[in-house]
Amino acid sequence: MCQVLEEYSDELESAAVPSVSKKCVKCKEARAAVVIRAGDAYCRGCFKDYFIHKFRAMLGKNRVIFPGEKVLLAVSGGPSSFSMLSQVQEGLSQNAHKKLRFIPGIVHIDEGGAVGQSMEERQRTLAELQALFRATGFPFYIIPLEQVLDLPNSVLASAPSPAEQPSSTYKAAVDHFLQSNHSSCATPQDQGQTSIPEVQEPHTQILQQLIISAKMLTARQDLLSTLRQHLLVHTARSKGYSKLMLGDSCTRLAVKLLTSISLGRGAHLAQDTGFSDSRYGDIISVRPMRDYSAKEIAYYNHLFHVPSVFIPSLDTKMPDKASVQRLTESFVTNLQADFPSTVSTIYRTSEKLHTACERSSTVDHRDTCLLCMCALDTAVENASAFQATLISEQLSQNTSSSATRTKIPTRKLAPVEPESVAPTVQCCSSGGREDCGRAESGGGCCSSANGAETSNLRSLLCYSCQLTIKDMSTVGHLPQYILSEAQRRHRRSQMKAAIGEFLLEDGDEGV
Amino acid sequence: MAAPIAIHLEFGGGAELLFNGTKEHHVTLPNQSEPWDMKQLLVWIQRNLLKERPELFVQGDSVRPGILVLINDADWELMGELDYQLQDQDNVVFISTLHGG
Repeated sequence: MCQVLEEYSDELESAAVPSVSKKCVKCKEARAAVVIRAGDAYCRGCFKDYFIHKFRAMLGKNRVIFPGEKVLLAVSGGPSSFSMLSQVQEGLSQNAHKKLRFIPGIVHIDEGGAVGQSMEERQRTLAELQALFRATGFPFYIIPLEQVLDLPNSVLASAPSPAEQPSSTYKAAVDHFLQSNHSSCATPQDQGQTSIPEVQEPHTQILQQLIISAKMLTARQDLLSTLRQHLLVHTARSKGYSKLMLGDSCTRLAVKLLTSISLGRGAHLAQDTGFSDSRYGDIISVRPMRDYSAKEIAYYNHLFHVPSVFIPSLDTKMPDKASVQRLTESFVTNLQADFPSTVSTIYRTSEKLHTACERSSTVDHRDTCLLCMCALDTAVENASAFQATLISEQLSQNTSSSATRTKIPTRKLAPVEPESVAPTVQCCSSGGREDCGRAESGGGCCSSANGAETSNLRSLLCYSCQLTIKDMSTVGHLPQYILSEAQRRHRRSQMKAAIGEFLLEDGDEGV
Repeated sequence: MAAPIAIHLEFGGGAELLFNGTKEHHVTLPNQSEPWDMKQLLVWIQRNLLKERPELFVQGDSVRPGILVLINDADWELMGELDYQLQDQDNVVFISTLHGG
């Protein structure tokens, strides 16, 4: 059923083709200009109203953004994020019906260094973007991805979330805001950047080395998006923003959903594709564009002259099979051409996903993945699918039959600790001539340090991040903040294991 | 029908990369006995304007899925898609939606 080029000429009746003389289905007066979904033709005016209304409704329905809050808009330069920016501008303008009431800022991450663009090309693109951002009047920050090399460890620590604000207080907050601040929205204290930051050439090279150390394009794209996310969160935190708005469209999220399942991120689907994502604790990411298909966004931008800047990414002009992300995008887009409800079906499915357990503010850092900060899903129970993959990985390794190697690494840290704590075990001597890639203990050997680091890192990661790291030839190129946070968590868990029996468990506390 | 037709073409959303980065093209389609339709226009574009990677623009008879076509600012689905007959001074826009936001 889902083959792309299959012919259905006999079985299916063809839908009635809407023709140019058709009237808009909404106002029934003007000539139809755009076909939305399967067969609904709207005229320009009704389409504009529909588009604007959807944005307000999405924000209003979810009641996550409170009046007066500082919200950072992540603008990548593409059509969806510029469309989001124009909707925010539209919503904040004085004559809007039901004005939006938050304080926006703009951030753009310049990834040209990782993608391989030259300095001139990057400068040119950034100058264009700067002009567009300046025209909006909001404070903006243009940050090169190279700055990810200088991030502090605190990026990976999930800060405690602010007290839960139930929606009943939302109405009260809105009323209070209207009474106290009726005249104009508060002018932002900071003016953002005045000039495009300089990028040092060596930093660009380090970044490129990092990206190249992942051999497959799938892992590279995954790594790039992780680094980008860290930088966005850090910017939001350091500039005092409490919310982050991402411009992912419906089509993009449908592709992301299927890609995530293929990459082993099934456990985190609700956070990856839902409206609000609270994995960072204090910063909540929202996706207000998740109800717009790519077609609607492209039409709106063209008809109402919303500018956008095309920035090539890692998979531009790549063939279909270059990466999992690319293949899924091609699959969904091709299927959508014949079955126009594909994307919306996938979207409805993603709406039904919820996180299984609410994260409490006292969650232990050990329980979240180091890179993606979602809950770890690698508890190895007997007869679980994860244990099966570990066993088959073990069996397909070309190792000697030494007893220390057949031990399956478990997430329970107590058994693993004695091996990695003891620094005197030389991996080379125990395995003899074998390669040290799988060493679980540190030693004086050449590549054992890398092997130890890799396995240390892997025990702190969720399943899909482990796959990304596994694809990297060396983890030494990872930015310092990741490596040092990994060591810190590792030391903590060693310490906890050592004093484990003296600690009171949570369940032992008095009622 | 026999006169050459002047068409204004625009490419956006990344599609311009396949046309040397130029977003706007004013072209004149040569004389021919039958009226020009979209299908023939695509063949003409592929032969004369497309600089590289035809499979990223055309798929079979039609455009690759993910590329929107607007004829005079209206969805081409409302105009008959490939069967639409081009007229003088028409404005045809191709927008790629494959690189999102």
